[in-house]
Amino acid sequence: MCLALPCRVVELRPDDMAVIDMAGVGKEISLALVDDVVVGDYVIVHVGYALTRLDPDEADKTLALFAELGEAALQETTAG
Amino acid sequence: MNGVRKGYVRPLDLRQGRVDMTHGSGGRAMAQLIEELFTSRLGNAYLGQGNDAAVLPIPPGRLVMSTDAHVVSPLFFPGGDIGCLSVHGTINDVAVMGATPLYLAASFILEEGFPLGDLARIVESMAAAAGDAAVPVVTGDTKVVQKGMGDGVYITTTGVGVVAEGQELSGDRARPGDRIIVSGSIGEHGMAIMAQRESIGFAAPIVSDTAALHGLIAAMRASGAAIRALRDPTRGGVATTLNEIARQSGVGMMLQESALPVQAEVAAACEFLGLDPLYVANEGKLLAIVALEDADSLLAAMHAHPLGQRAALIGTVHRDAQHFVQMTTAFGGRRIVDWLTGEQLPRIC
Amino acid sequence: MRFIDEFRDGELARGLAAAIRQHARGDRDYHFMEFCGGHTHAISRYGVTDLLPGHVRMIHGPGCPVCVLPIGRIDMAIRLVREAGVTLCSYGDPMRVPASGGLSLLKAKAALGRAGVGGDIRMVYSGADALTLAQRNPQRQVVFFAIGFETTTPPTAVLIKQARALGLGNFSVLCCHVLTPSAIASILESPEVRQWGTVPLDGFIGPAHVSTIIGTRPYEFFAEEYRKPVVIAGFEPLDVMQAILMLIEQVNSGRAVVENEFSRAVTRDGNRKAQDLVAEVFELRRSFAWRGLGELPYSALRIRREFADFDAERRFAVGYEAVADHPACECGAILRGVKRPQECRIFGSVCTPENPIGSCMVSSEGACAAHYSFGRFTDLAEAP
Repeated sequence: MCLALPCRVVELRPDDMAVIDMAGVGKEISLALVDDVVVGDYVIVHVGYALTRLDPDEADKTLALFAELGEAALQETTAG
Repeated sequence: MNGVRKGYVRPLDLRQGRVDMTHGSGGRAMAQLIEELFTSRLGNAYLGQGNDAAVLPIPPGRLVMSTDAHVVSPLFFPGGDIGCLSVHGTINDVAVMGATPLYLAASFILEEGFPLGDLARIVESMAAAAGDAAVPVVTGDTKVVQKGMGDGVYITTTGVGVVAEGQELSGDRARPGDRIIVSGSIGEHGMAIMAQRESIGFAAPIVSDTAALHGLIAAMRASGAAIRALRDPTRGGVATTLNEIARQSGVGMMLQESALPVQAEVAAACEFLGLDPLYVANEGKLLAIVALEDADSLLAAMHAHPLGQRAALIGTVHRDAQHFVQMTTAFGGRRIVDWLTGEQLPRIC
Repeated sequence: MRFIDEFRDGELARGLAAAIRQHARGDRDYHFMEFCGGHTHAISRYGVTDLLPGHVRMIHGPGCPVCVLPIGRIDMAIRLVREAGVTLCSYGDPMRVPASGGLSLLKAKAALGRAGVGGDIRMVYSGADALTLAQRNPQRQVVFFAIGFETTTPPTAVLIKQARALGLGNFSVLCCHVLTPSAIASILESPEVRQWGTVPLDGFIGPAHVSTIIGTRPYEFFAEEYRKPVVIAGFEPLDVMQAILMLIEQVNSGRAVVENEFSRAVTRDGNRKAQDLVAEVFELRRSFAWRGLGELPYSALRIRREFADFDAERRFAVGYEAVADHPACECGAILRGVKRPQECRIFGSVCTPENPIGSCMVSSEGACAAHYSFGRFTDLAEAP
């Protein structure tokens, strides 16, 4: 459910509106559900509304964890 | 003499004028529209004869004929319009049979009130496309329907071409072991149209790929590769076209997701709407089924042509009683690439 | 696409697959329910099942708002168009859902009179498009067909407040918003899970996008009360794999807590601003009918009396009438995880994506449609 995508805010507009960019595709969305968004933030967009901000550091940590868990498992498999 | 110029007709007003019912009534207004707006732009010796049908010389070989009705909204889109689209679409349908396209016929259904200036732009675009392709529009027809009964302009084009004896390209000729090639990145036409729709409102630099493919096909055939089948994946996209070939030939197919060429903007727009580029229409791409041993030489020939620079080997044909088209995902799993179901509707979930 | 492509990486998937194989004990099976249709779609589309060992099984849950929408609700939408002559704006998803009398929104649209006369059905990408349509056409009554879980509800709340601020007299909402925790509770309370144990369920994958709004806190009760581990996970295939690994580890160590895989955007408390907006505009319905799950108490929202002017159910006095599902359709059992799509008698024969009988075949997120479109080679064809 709920197709929602991380997008970068590239422009703030009046009335809680903003323009986001995803891989060269721009779209106007509403920021009515989130406070204090600044240009450059990543937000998760669903049906034209930002639901929340995305934390890039946490995303990197998650990816690093995937890599670490996978490497450990693959090494053990080869070793075993 | 009283100063009245004999036979003077006020020229069509391309700035303010609109199509009205008299333009389809068979009278002087219709004759004027045809002459000033159509014949003058599409002009060639056959059309200029002004007869009810064109009498044409045909080179030796078998006749190939195809017809295609074109409805598109919006009529003008990035990369083209209904005019050039209607020329390219029919040329491609003839060309993928291995034929040399020779002539086109065009029939227009115009809606009352449609601006003459827009119609002139569309016809100019057709003329340019037909000129570039060297396939003239040799006969045509126009009808006018009342306001509200049409969507501006509908264009049906019919194309004829010839193919030499012994040249067989057909969707039932794919064999296990054959390779599947696509001539370039997919989904551009469909997403260029979709991005223009008011309710979606994307600002995306996506341009329709509409193009005539007979030049590319000629280069492919000149390579001498054993091509089994060619097809242009228009409505329903690559997925639907491959399913058609798999069913016709009684085979299965396995695609490699990582090999599919997709522009970043097309991929992003598809993500937004929950669509799959495999099901999005193309208007200037083709799929080729080729014998394994000739795949590399065919790919090289395609890469050398401007319309085939991003051609890629995307999969293989294999034995499968169920005729499934499957795909190894870039993620490392497998999935079915099924026929398109219904219409591709944007999703929220 | 930043923060998307990285989470679809095939190399990382191989590593996580190895980690799952290592941690999954050979002496037991694991049965996890992905509640949400978005996860079902991701699992099917990326072929995640192929990377899992055979004894780690995924059960598709009821978390697709289109699939759980009962026939009677689509009928209401169609009646608004046909009888009250409104312009109904719907997301694309519900357009093909079967209604009574062989209709759907798409078929009802085809049967309408010429554009501009009588009622109309439009497809919109965002509810804001419906509001704009109402502003531009003051002579027409515009109704937004609002479906969805907690993710889609806050945008509807914003619309209703905007409509009031604009004093729009021709805009209203047919509210069909439902609540995720209620559906999970109904599965956990079902006799198949609680008494008979015919549906083995070792843990849940919870939908991250819902939790961006409601947080992870509402799931703590389930973990505690029913002793089931819950992992809130994102919708990219690596997120799903990681969630499966986290669930396996919880099961192995006998823990049952709520963990958050989607730390990049989900917190324990969620989006307070959105929650407040929803609370201001909506209130709980005493009961709401779900397709397949029946009437569930306090499982859906309706528009508060203060905003009654924007409630299509009040403005047009269209009541809900329950309609029985097709007798052979197993959507109910499939939505509860009791049956798999291929165990339904009419799966793939009478009921196909072209002619869906049950709602699970309609939405590409439905368990049946996902299995039909992406996975049925496992039933029929031999892998090449």
